[in-house]
Amino acid sequence: MRVSFEVNGRPVRADDVWAGESLLYVLRERLGLPGSKNACEQGECGSCTVYLDGETVCACLVAAGQAEGRSVRTVEGLADGEALDPVQSAFVDAGAVQCGFCTPGLLVQTHDLLRRTVGAGGQPPGDDEVREALAGNLCRCTGYEQILAAVRLAAERAGGAA
Amino acid sequence: MTASSETRAPAAPAAPPVPADPAERGGVRHGVGTDAPRPDGVLKVTGEFAYSSDLWADDMLWGATLRSPHPHARIRGIDLTEAVRLPGVYAVLTHEDVPGAKYYGLERADQPVLADGKVRYQGEPVAIVAADHPETARRAMMRIAVDYEVLEPVSDARRAAFDPACPPVHGPAAPPEPGGAARPANVVRYQPVRTGAFAAGAGLDEVRAQADVIVTGEYQVGMQDQAFLGPESGLAVPAADGGVDLYVATQWLHVDQSQLAPCLGLPPEKVRLNLAGVGGAFGAREDLSMQAHACLLALRTGRPVKMVYHREESFFGHVHRHPATMRYEHGARADGTLVFATMEIVLDGGAYASTTSAVVGVASSMAVGPYEVPNVRVDAYGVYTNNPPCGAMRGFGAVQACFGYESQMDRLAEALGMHPVELRIRNAMSEGSRTATGQPVDMPLPMADMLARARALPPPAEPETGPGTDPRRLPGGVAGTTRGEGVVRGVGYGVGIKNICYSESFDDYSTARVRLELVGGEPAVQVHTAAAEVGQGLVTVQQQVARTELGVERVVVRPADTAVGSSGSSSASRQSYMTGGAVKAACEAVREAVFRLARERGLPPGADDALELRGGAVVTRLGAVVAELAELLADTAVEETRVFRHRPTRPMDPLTGQGDAHVQFAMCVHRAVVDVDTELGLVRVVELAAVQDVGRALNPLQLAGQIHGGSAQGLGLALMEEVQVRDAAVRNPSFTDYLIPTILDMPPMRVEILEHPDPHAPYGLRGAGEPPTLSSTPAIIAAIRAATGRPLAHAPVRPEDIVGLPVP
Repeated sequence: MRVSFEVNGRPVRADDVWAGESLLYVLRERLGLPGSKNACEQGECGSCTVYLDGETVCACLVAAGQAEGRSVRTVEGLADGEALDPVQSAFVDAGAVQCGFCTPGLLVQTHDLLRRTVGAGGQPPGDDEVREALAGNLCRCTGYEQILAAVRLAAERAGGAA
Repeated sequence: MTASSETRAPAAPAAPPVPADPAERGGVRHGVGTDAPRPDGVLKVTGEFAYSSDLWADDMLWGATLRSPHPHARIRGIDLTEAVRLPGVYAVLTHEDVPGAKYYGLERADQPVLADGKVRYQGEPVAIVAADHPETARRAMMRIAVDYEVLEPVSDARRAAFDPACPPVHGPAAPPEPGGAARPANVVRYQPVRTGAFAAGAGLDEVRAQADVIVTGEYQVGMQDQAFLGPESGLAVPAADGGVDLYVATQWLHVDQSQLAPCLGLPPEKVRLNLAGVGGAFGAREDLSMQAHACLLALRTGRPVKMVYHREESFFGHVHRHPATMRYEHGARADGTLVFATMEIVLDGGAYASTTSAVVGVASSMAVGPYEVPNVRVDAYGVYTNNPPCGAMRGFGAVQACFGYESQMDRLAEALGMHPVELRIRNAMSEGSRTATGQPVDMPLPMADMLARARALPPPAEPETGPGTDPRRLPGGVAGTTRGEGVVRGVGYGVGIKNICYSESFDDYSTARVRLELVGGEPAVQVHTAAAEVGQGLVTVQQQVARTELGVERVVVRPADTAVGSSGSSSASRQSYMTGGAVKAACEAVREAVFRLARERGLPPGADDALELRGGAVVTRLGAVVAELAELLADTAVEETRVFRHRPTRPMDPLTGQGDAHVQFAMCVHRAVVDVDTELGLVRVVELAAVQDVGRALNPLQLAGQIHGGSAQGLGLALMEEVQVRDAAVRNPSFTDYLIPTILDMPPMRVEILEHPDPHAPYGLRGAGEPPTLSSTPAIIAAIRAATGRPLAHAPVRPEDIVGLPVP
């Protein structure tokens, strides 16, 4: 089948898609966007988290056909050209990136959390709120300590910029 | 002791003065000792970093692996007819299609590339398929008809170790080594250690008589999965010369190459390996997984072949941590001084040897822990069964032993009425001690100080309970399982000791090639090694070493491949030591070559001969510029390759275990604070604090990340992680059923770093990745014991253990 949707602000089309393919597979293998990761492909790890019409989803749990006509934003669409999003630079600066396989999903989920909080004129999220928001994103390298530090730093930077 | 001690904890005394720019040390930015940023950091946050599962080639096919559903079976026949007929299928291969050696292995070539008439574990590869789409490959596999004669599996490791009537998983027993006793066929390695009265032939009762208090315990450690997130994957590309280029996520390119080439029937130079992006390793990438299969399919079809395991397959596609059953007995005098220790450790190696022999070496030599014990008797066994194969995982045999000896220390402290920290300090090893294997500790080992620091850390806030408490602060968390009734707090300590680098006379080395030249008129350095960056930050460390040694900020680490000599494995916490050491040595050679160039040009009058490289110039010790590199290297590049070896080690005596088997010892101390719902069996770790001596912190930010991550994997083993194996079959091969810690499970982790340099190691550093994985598990379980009074002899602790119900 043919699937047409929008990714990171540009229209895309994939042909000869088998009906069983996930949005994740189409992004990674047909559209040249492997940034969203394939760590479990069963919705347990969050490494494939993307925005679908503004809501975060596990791309591995979305059938490719369900994306028809909709808008997807992936980790590749977070930066503004060469300028990293504050979430991205905070993850690098705080040591939150080790192997980095969980990073794309965590970035999108954190981006969403900050969009809903400081981005909407609210307070920076407290640690408990951060932990709850990121509970669906597994990381095996960091023990999450520097991820928490990165989210605090990103919230500070995003708040400052708002 | 003259070593300096630097503390980096939040509540630390002021650090020594640093330059105004914290990124600058010794005249160069982002050198050794700074929080230099990762060179791959930006690529990893933009999604551009190419992991092994992201690779793609024109005309590429997908490979897939048909695996045995049975732990033990004879293969009477395989019918490929229907699979080959499926449109889109390009190759279906079995054992018979392996052109070269049919078996491979890290320590013993006992593992078939594809099953050879028999399967010995559930998930063993039987056939491989190349097709135009992963779904086509999957459907083809469903059409392969394998006629299995199911056999009874050997699933009990103790039976494999001790019952001569247990059927052999492989062939009959090898003849005993000279001086050694005959062992049952399934024993891969038996390693005893004997000291003191036990070495002199005394019986246990005789030794027991010297002790005022004796405690015994039997402990189990479950099978832990490394659970890296990046699945086993890679791309094999057939080459015009009849060879193959493999892009793969691995821990050691050259050991993959040396196993692959014979299987493919090719000379090593035609099997070229390139490191693709690695999504975590933790030991699980030491053994081959899809490497040989992808190469076989690529060579057969003449097309690039990509293989990516899915998560369930990954649980069958790599080795796990050896499950262990351990029997310990400790005796002490009334004042707490240890008199003797005996231990029997049985490690289940599963169907193939992998690194079982080395794991037994570590478990036996580290069995007594960092304690001075005059009389020691260790018997450690690694065995074959039909359970999943086990091999390397962070901590490598020392994790299992640590849970045993630390549980015993707590039991002994309780029997003596002593504080557990006081008992540990009383018996602590230090510089000048001897290990149970007779090796002198010739480096700082400030264990007593580390314990005292851990105990002195400020306690976390009191538990919150009662109506209105935020459920996120309670055991059971956001599930809202409890409102805090029956919640009890406990505090526990754990100490672990780990050997760093490869041991037991292994020829352990690393190779580095360093090139200094002008790029765009500016001096720039290229570092080329085969060392695997697996997430730990080795690429950053290589840059930092080159910057510090050459005084040049611009350093590029080339992709790792087999075009340069081996760097050994990214395991045993060894790469900062070994590849850091190799890069340092190569830089020193480059520096000397540059000085020769400068001298050939003639030194300015009055310049002494002690030159340095700083700020892109050759300078005298007093800082006078002799020559700018931009001038000196105008039309030349300086390149040097060096091989670095650590000091030699000795084998362990097969009868007494004696021998200077190790290069370096590293330690971590944990204090865990837990809240336990004693009615529901739920645990919330409130805080997990670590004190670790690292000799020298090359990159404090990355180092803290290693300690956090290692502590988290230890927390997983303490509370939730176990591959459930029943009758040799895996029951929970998914992240739905095999749980690893989430951000909700992890407490704040205070880290206090000490720096007592090891005089034998480059920069005085001490390997740091593994020790925190040892000590966090027993610390957490000790805290749960303190809260509940339960004996808790099994890691992970299950809710049933806490409430006192039988575990199904």
